Amino acid sequence: MSTAPILAAEGIGKRFGGFRALSDVSVAFEPGSLTSIIGPNGAGKSTFFNVLSGAFPPSEGRVRYEGRDITGLPQHRFAHLGIAKSFQITNLFPQLSALENVRIAGQAMRSRFDMWTKRETIAELLDRAEALLELVGLAARRHEIAENLAHGEQRSLEIAVALACDPRLLLLDEPTAGMSPEEARAMMDLILKLNEERTVVLVEHRMKLVMGISSRIIVLHHGQLLAEGSPDAIRSHDEVRRVYLGQTV
Amino acid sequence: MVERSATAGPPARTRPGGPAAIGAAYDFVDRHRVAIAILFLIVLPWLTPYKALAVNILIYGLFAMGFNLIYGYAGMLSFGHAALFGLGAYGCGIPIAKFGIPWFLALPTGVAVAGLAAVAIGWFATRSRGIYFAMVTLALSQVVYYIVFQMVWLTGGEDGLRGVSVPALDIFGLELSLLDPTAKYYLILIAVALALWLFSRILQSPFGAVLEAIRENEKRAAACGYDVNRTRWAAFILSGLFSGLAGALYAIHLSIVPIETLHYFTSAEVLMMTLLGGMGTFFGPFVGALVYILLQDVVTVVTVHWQLVVGILFVVLILFFPRGIWGSLLHWLRP
Ligand SMILES: Nc1ncnc2c1ncn2[C@@H]1O[C@H](COP(=O)(O)OP(=O)(O)OP(=O)(O)O)[C@@H](O)[C@H]1O
Ligand SMILES: [Mg+2]
Repeated sequence: MSTAPILAAEGIGKRFGGFRALSDVSVAFEPGSLTSIIGPNGAGKSTFFNVLSGAFPPSEGRVRYEGRDITGLPQHRFAHLGIAKSFQITNLFPQLSALENVRIAGQAMRSRFDMWTKRETIAELLDRAEALLELVGLAARRHEIAENLAHGEQRSLEIAVALACDPRLLLLDEPTAGMSPEEARAMMDLILKLNEERTVVLVEHRMKLVMGISSRIIVLHHGQLLAEGSPDAIRSHDEVRRVYLGQTV
Repeated sequence: MVERSATAGPPARTRPGGPAAIGAAYDFVDRHRVAIAILFLIVLPWLTPYKALAVNILIYGLFAMGFNLIYGYAGMLSFGHAALFGLGAYGCGIPIAKFGIPWFLALPTGVAVAGLAAVAIGWFATRSRGIYFAMVTLALSQVVYYIVFQMVWLTGGEDGLRGVSVPALDIFGLELSLLDPTAKYYLILIAVALALWLFSRILQSPFGAVLEAIRENEKRAAACGYDVNRTRWAAFILSGLFSGLAGALYAIHLSIVPIETLHYFTSAEVLMMTLLGGMGTFFGPFVGALVYILLQDVVTVVTVHWQLVVGILFVVLILFFPRGIWGSLLHWLRP
């Protein structure tokens, strides 16, 4: 029995000038799944991620979300469709407090051109932002400006900001980038928890980190789909083992 | 009178090692920025050499505040705001001078004309960024300049629009002469005070928060679900309305509309005032207008090359106080 995929990439290709970063990648993501996209540095993971999340359109191919063609849709429409993302390089509102970072992200779902209401009177936005900070473990740091947070805290704040639009599909590009091993493990626990209520697509180049939590793994290499399958199938995949030569898979 | 309202910030921080009184003063000024600004403007005419100068400060301060909405709060450097100021002036002056329409209808007409111009100019300009944005606004404002320049029959062309005479206002049976500079100042202050209050309200609104977010990180704002270009466009139109109000008041103040209101030098002046006072601060534009206009007034007495002297002083001030005068003061007081 197969359910309709929540997100599907069909024959995605991407060229940057003369350089081909992706060619003919087709994958589908099941609702409720936790899929990890892995591959060595420069494999094209972020490029694929950016196409899926609407940062730029592919050169070839289509992206479908809940059956609807979303290829080339402007970036700001994605959040309203229920697709949220976090960036590989921390991407926050640096001079705003942690709380305001999350509050403003949530506000996009309801008040974009309201020039009259006093913002602090919209209590549910503040309450929700507080709850999300609590969830990612930043409640005590709510009044600190984003720039002053430690790196690991900023990565957690990214997640809270992404969650603010209450997405059905959460796209995360290396959420553990630059984190210590303990922090990375805590992040994986959090992602597993988030997956209970939504579909998650996770980009990660450290294979070991995602093996335990993913329902499925996609391996990119030189811009091509090298393998896909369950963590066990990927572990014993010959080509994947060759690409990750010297690492215990 | 601070760039961000304290709403989402910490309650009251104390400055490490510094007196808590400074932090308290800062919070007080922040919370009552509109009232304090209006109080200051109420006493202003008694501090300037003569009343007409105070009227200029008031009007240019309002213009710079409107400009600051997109420059200081949304990070867009417009080099064409003279078009919005000037069209506000002509839009108010023409109905009075050519059609004998009463001031209370002409004033909103001026604001509306500037608003419509901002809709059009903003539609083109907000598609571009940085220096391209500045160039598009400059080019379009030059188009406006030449159109107004050519339409002599309506605008007076090079000589400016004459006969914008509003000698007296009849407010609910109360006759107030505009020939009396003090009465004129306080009447204009009523409009400016309303604008200040509205402006503060907009900054505190959800829309004001979106402007901050876009200035901080456009890419993240788009990923959150904000249509960045439309938000910038809306901000440009708002800015045009405030600038247009300043222009309309200027027409009534001078009784004529000089073509120079549309000149790109006026765009440069409002930028200089905003920078002098402090971009992205609530009251900075008024401080900038005050300093710029006082300097100009003092230096003109000494030399005809006042632009050179004011220009040099401007460069020196900006070198030593890159946040502007009011901006530096706030930064220094900030807990
Ligand atoms: N905007 C761009 N212009 C030109 N080349 C690009 C651009 N973005 C990515 N590339 C190239 O495309 C290739 C794939 O890059 P991508 O960022 O997708 O890799 P990645 O798998 O995410 O790597 P990493 O693990 O280091 O994040 C790289 O060779 C990169 O140099
Ligand atoms: Mg990457």
